[in-house]
Amino acid sequence: MLKIENLHASVEDKSILKGINLEIKAGEVHAIMGPNGSGKSTLASVIAGKEEYEVSQGNVFLETENIEELSAEERAHKGIFLSFQYPVEIPGVSVTNFIKTAINETRKARGLEDMPAGQMLKLIREKAELLEIDRKFLSRSLNQGFSGGEKKRNEIFQMAMLEPKLAILDETDSGLDIDALRIVANGVNKLKSKDNAVIVITHYQRLLDYIVPDFVHVIYNGKIVKSGTKELAHELEEKGYDWIKDEINA
Amino acid sequence: MDLKEKLISSFLAFEDQVDVDAYVHDIRSEAIKTFENKGFPSKKEEAWKYTSLNAILKHDYSVFPKQENALEYRDIKKYFIHDIDTFKIIFIDGTYSSHLSQTTHDGMDICLMSAALSKPKYRLVIENYFNKAATGDSLSSLNTAFSSEGAFIHIPKNKLVEKPIQIIHFSTGNESAVMLHPRNMIVVEENSYVQIIERHQSLSNNPVLTNSVTEVFAKKRAIVDYYKIQNDNKNASLIDNTFIKQKQESHCSVHTFSFGGKLTRNNLNFYQHGERIDSTLKGITIIGDKQHVDHNTLVHHIEPNCESHQDYKGVFGDSSTGVFNGKVVVEKEAQKTNAFQANNNILISDKASINTKPQLEIFADDVKCSHGCTIGQLDDDAMFYLRSRGIPEKEAKALLMYAFSNNVLDSVKIPELKKRINKLIANKLGVNIGFDL
Repeated sequence: MLKIENLHASVEDKSILKGINLEIKAGEVHAIMGPNGSGKSTLASVIAGKEEYEVSQGNVFLETENIEELSAEERAHKGIFLSFQYPVEIPGVSVTNFIKTAINETRKARGLEDMPAGQMLKLIREKAELLEIDRKFLSRSLNQGFSGGEKKRNEIFQMAMLEPKLAILDETDSGLDIDALRIVANGVNKLKSKDNAVIVITHYQRLLDYIVPDFVHVIYNGKIVKSGTKELAHELEEKGYDWIKDEINA
Repeated sequence: MDLKEKLISSFLAFEDQVDVDAYVHDIRSEAIKTFENKGFPSKKEEAWKYTSLNAILKHDYSVFPKQENALEYRDIKKYFIHDIDTFKIIFIDGTYSSHLSQTTHDGMDICLMSAALSKPKYRLVIENYFNKAATGDSLSSLNTAFSSEGAFIHIPKNKLVEKPIQIIHFSTGNESAVMLHPRNMIVVEENSYVQIIERHQSLSNNPVLTNSVTEVFAKKRAIVDYYKIQNDNKNASLIDNTFIKQKQESHCSVHTFSFGGKLTRNNLNFYQHGERIDSTLKGITIIGDKQHVDHNTLVHHIEPNCESHQDYKGVFGDSSTGVFNGKVVVEKEAQKTNAFQANNNILISDKASINTKPQLEIFADDVKCSHGCTIGQLDDDAMFYLRSRGIPEKEAKALLMYAFSNNVLDSVKIPELKKRINKLIANKLGVNIGFDL
C-alpha cells in the first residue's frame, strides 16, 4: 500500500526527516510514536503532500506509483487521507457542503459524475450515525466553534465519507475525553478493512487500546529508531522515551 | 476641450431643458460654480491620495443621452433580484423607464426625482431636504448642478415597506461614452422601515462614468437598510456619494458589494443627529485585473449614546488596487459613543495592493472606539487542509476567500439578495463548487 524509502525532508532549510524507511501493507494498522519534535507530524504532512516541506532525498510510493510530484489534492484523489491535529475553521461553509465538495471533486478527478443528491444524503446520514454526530452539527460552519472532540469526530466523519485507501490519523486522540475517544476509535475500526491501511500517530498508548496496531514504530530525531508490535507501545507508556534515547546515544 | 470645460458649457444647454424658476435651480447654479472653482479632485488632496481619476476623465463623455433607448425585461432580468416581489425604479441611460419600473403613490411615494422636483405637492419636502445632507465637495456639487432624475422615496410615519425597492441604472452603450448624474433622495419618517437595493449596470464595454448622489434622511426610530451591488463592466466607473442623516434611535445600514467596474469610489457619509443612533457600514470587495475600489467612509458622532459598526473585507488579485479610508469623528458632546471599525484584506497576487487608513478624531473622553486593519495572504495550513480533502487549489482558494468575507453577509436581511451575492462571489472567484456559496 505505502512504501517509504530513505525519506529526507526539510522545512525552511531545517532538516526534519533524516532517512525514514517504512512499508505498510493493505489491511495493516501502524502506530507511529515518539517524543515531541521528533518528526511525526512532518512525516504525516509529507505523505499528504504539504508543499512547504522540501523532499531532498528518497521516495514515497502509493501502491506502485511514486507520488512525490503529486499535489495534495491529487494524493487525496488517489486515496490518501490525513486527519489533522488542528483542523482549520471555515466560516460560512457547512460541514455538509464541505464534504459534498470534497467528494464530488474527488469523483470528478476519477472521471465520475457527481454523486446523486439522494445517495449523498443517505451516505451522510449513515456516516454521521457511525460517529454519533447529530444532524444540527452538519449544518454548522466547518470547525467553527467546535470543541476539540467535535473537531476530531468531524475529521473521522470526513474519513468515513471519503473512504481512503490510506488514512493517517495525526494525534487524533489529543484533546479527547474518553467518550469521544471511544466514538472516534470505533469509527476508525468500522472503516478498517483488508483493502485499506491506517497510520496512527500518537504520543500515548491510550488510543492504541482502542485501535490496536499491527506494528509500532518509534521516531526519534527524524528516523525510525525502533519497530515492534503493540507491546512496544505498552513499554513506551511505562518507561517513557528516555530509554530509547539512551539506547541510541549509547 | 477637457471634461470640466465640457461640463460647465453643458450646463447652459441643461438649463434649456429644466425649469430655471424652480426652487432647486438656484441650488444647481450655485453648485456648478462650486464645481467650476474646485474642479475634479486630484491626488494632491488627502482624500484622493490613492485614487486618480485621470484615466477615467479622459473620455469624451456625452453629458445628455441623445436618444431614448429601450430594453426588454427578458434581456436584463438577470440584473434584478427577480425571485421576490419588489418595487422598481429603473433608468436607461439616465432616463426613467416606466415600462420596467414598478412605482407607487399608494400611501407612500416610491417614484421619480423628476416628478418630485416639478410637482407642487412635493415642493415642501424638496425644500426641506434637497441638498441638505450632501456636502459641497466638487463631485457632489457637479451632481447637484445636473440633478434632474433619480429615485425619490418618501415613506410616511409608521409604515413598514414590506417589498424591497430596487433602483437600477442601465447604460446601453448606444453612445460611445456617457456620463450619468443620478440623484436619489430618500426620506423615511418616524418608525418606518425601508430596504433598498441599488445597482449600476452597463450593458456594453463602452466607457460609462456615473457620479451619483444619494441623500437619505432617517427620522426618529426609522430603519433603513441599503444594499449596493457594484459588479459593473470593465469600462464602467462609479463615484458614489451617499449622505445619511439620522435622527434619534434610527438604525441605518449600508452594505456595499464591490466585485466589478473599472474604478469605484464610495464616499459614504453618516451624520448622527440624535441619541441612541446605530450606523452600520459593511462591505465586501473582491476584484482583479486592474480594477480599483476605494471606500472612503465618514461617521460623524455628534450626540451621546450612539454606535457605529464598520466592517470591510477585501480580496485583491492580479494588479488590482484597493483603498480604505475610514474616518470616525466623535464630538465632545458625544459621550458614551461606541465606534468600531475593521478593515481586513487579503492580497492574492504580488502585484495587488491596498492602502488602508483609519482616522479617528475623538474629542469626547468617555467613549469606546476601536479600529483594526490587517493585510495578509491566504493561510498555507488552511489551503493544505482543503487540498488534502481533494479540493483543487483554485476551489480551495475560493472557499477560503469566501470564508474570509462571509461574516459581512450575516447582516443582509433579504435572503434572495444574500443568495445572489453568494452567486456573484462564486462567479467572481471563477469557481463552481457544487453548492451556492
